[in-house]
This record gives sequence, structure tokens and C-alpha cells, in this order.
Amino acid sequence: MLLFAVGLAGILFLGLNAQPTSTVVLLPDADGRTGAVDLRTEAASQSLDTPFASATSTSFGSFVTRTENAEAVRQRYAQTLAARPNMPVSFVLQFEFGSSQDVTPAFQPVLQQLLAALAGYPAPDITVIGHTDRVGSLPDNDRLSLQRAQTVRDLLIQAGVDPSMITIAGRGEREPAVPTADEIAQAENRRVEINLR
Amino acid sequence: MHIRKYATVVVLLLSHLTAWAAEEAGMVKTSRGEVTVERDNRQLPAAVGTRIFSSDSVKTGPNSSVGITLRDNTLLSAGPNSTVDLTKFSFDSTTHAGTIDATVRRGTLSVISGKIAKASPEAVRFSAPGMTLGVRGTSFVIDAGP
Repeated sequence: MLLFAVGLAGILFLGLNAQPTSTVVLLPDADGRTGAVDLRTEAASQSLDTPFASATSTSFGSFVTRTENAEAVRQRYAQTLAARPNMPVSFVLQFEFGSSQDVTPAFQPVLQQLLAALAGYPAPDITVIGHTDRVGSLPDNDRLSLQRAQTVRDLLIQAGVDPSMITIAGRGEREPAVPTADEIAQAENRRVEINLR
Repeated sequence: MHIRKYATVVVLLLSHLTAWAAEEAGMVKTSRGEVTVERDNRQLPAAVGTRIFSSDSVKTGPNSSVGITLRDNTLLSAGPNSTVDLTKFSFDSTTHAGTIDATVRRGTLSVISGKIAKASPEAVRFSAPGMTLGVRGTSFVIDAGP
């Protein structure tokens, strides 16, 4: 009778303190590599860093981990995974040194590729992102990169792209395509990226 | 003197109004079945092309699903019978600084992390019943329990 009472009290105690449970499954990236996630409950932490590794939190706040079958994961989450938006795609245009106006002759073929790709993107939106090389100050390059983005936006609008689809950004010299020391002129870094998503 | 006082009040009001306007977070790119967005206690249908804002909550019904691309190129998709709160989203397209705070209340959410997670992983947090996730990259599914 006493045991029963203690047991019942225990069950009630656990029941009152039971944590809700969830599962996370890590998937390989499109390029075949696999990232990592760090999970935490009130009582425990768990990292996942291998393909199809999963962790389920228990009602006690601990984790149960395992490696799942790839096909089983694809089936279990088929509707969720089928609803994923298209991967964004980028097109790159180069600019002449110090210029915010002069796109290189490569613009026309890039434009044609972009217009062809647009059809495959429902409710497309385009971010035009200007970049510079590392010649000049950070604020000057922020300005120049934004001007480059404006130039390309105008060219896209002239080519018939709906202006409401386009936003622009200037990344300045923060994201060089080819890393260099400061004040190095580098043609590949004077560019605009057209990101379609 | 009075004019200056009123001017200050107007400026304060305006700055508050801007603060209230939730930041645009992304856009619905796929939508199947019964999909709604809850914003300011109103339920709105979420067809393809619907803009999503910080502090929106997205819901799907049975046999329904939704896919959303956030402004930092994070790709989200929710399966049937799901509720996902996008509690916080901000993104600076110049510096790539930003925040993502999202909670999967029920159902499933697949995530492919974007530019914020790459620039500052500590600024990205997903929650599900009983746990929180920090994201070092890139692709995963959150299943909000039974």
C-alpha cells in the first residue's frame, strides 16, 4: 500500500514535470556536405553533425539519438520537403575599375540567362547586390557598390523585369569574390550579383 | 517654444510608428491546400506571392503545406497540420547582420539556413516543444513531437 502510494506520487511528479518532446533530423546539403545543429533542453544538450542523424527529446529532458534511414526520412517528411522553395540562384556581372556605370559586355548573355530562369520561380523576387574591390574606403565602397546595383536594376527594368520584384543592396568590399589585401585592385571583385529566388 | 514641443512630440510619434511597422521577412513561394498567416490577430490566406513579416504566424491544415523564402535566403517549408511562429526577423543586406527567432508549435518545418546563419550563427534560433536549436548549418527538419 505504501509502495503503491509512493509509486503513484512518483508518476504524478513525473507527469507534472514531463517535458514536451520533439525530434530534429539533420539532412545532407545539396552539395553533399552536412552541417551541424546544437540542440538544448532544460536538462541536456546534444549536437548533430552527420547525415540523417536525429535526436528526440524525452519527457525527462534528455535526448535519444540515432542515425535514421535516408529513405524513411524522405517518406516521413515527403510533404514537408516537397514544399521547399527553389534554391536561390545567382548571376554575376563584372564592372570596370571605379565605375558604377560601365558593365562589361557580358551583360547581355547574363540577362538572357536570368530571363530564362525567371519562368521557373513562382512569385520571383530579385536582389541586386553590388560589390567592390578593396581600393578605397569602406563608406566609399558602400556607396559605389549601391550605385552599381542601381545601374543593374535600371538595366533589368529596361529589359522588362517588373520593378516591384527588385530590391537592391550594396555590400561594399565586405564579400570579395577573390580575397585580397586592402587597396588591391581586383577585377573579379568589381561585380554585381543578381540573386533570383 | 510650443512649436518646438509639438515638433518633438510629432517626431517621437513618427519614430514609434516606424518601430511598429514589422520588418518584411520573406515571401510565400509554394502553397498547397489550406494555408493561413496570422497577423495582428487576423487570419489571412497565404497564397504564393504573399509577403511574410516579422511576428507573423503561419498555419497549415490537413494535407497542406507552405514554402517561404526569407530575405537572407533561408528556405523554410512546413508540412501538414503545422503552426510556425516567426517571432523575430531582421536582416541588414549590407552587413548580413540579423536575427531569426522561430518556433515550431506543432507539425513539421524543414530549414535550409541562409546568410544570417553564415554571418552570425548565434543570432539564429529555432524552438520546438521541449527544445531549442542553434544552427551551424544548413539543412534539417524539426518535428514538433507527437
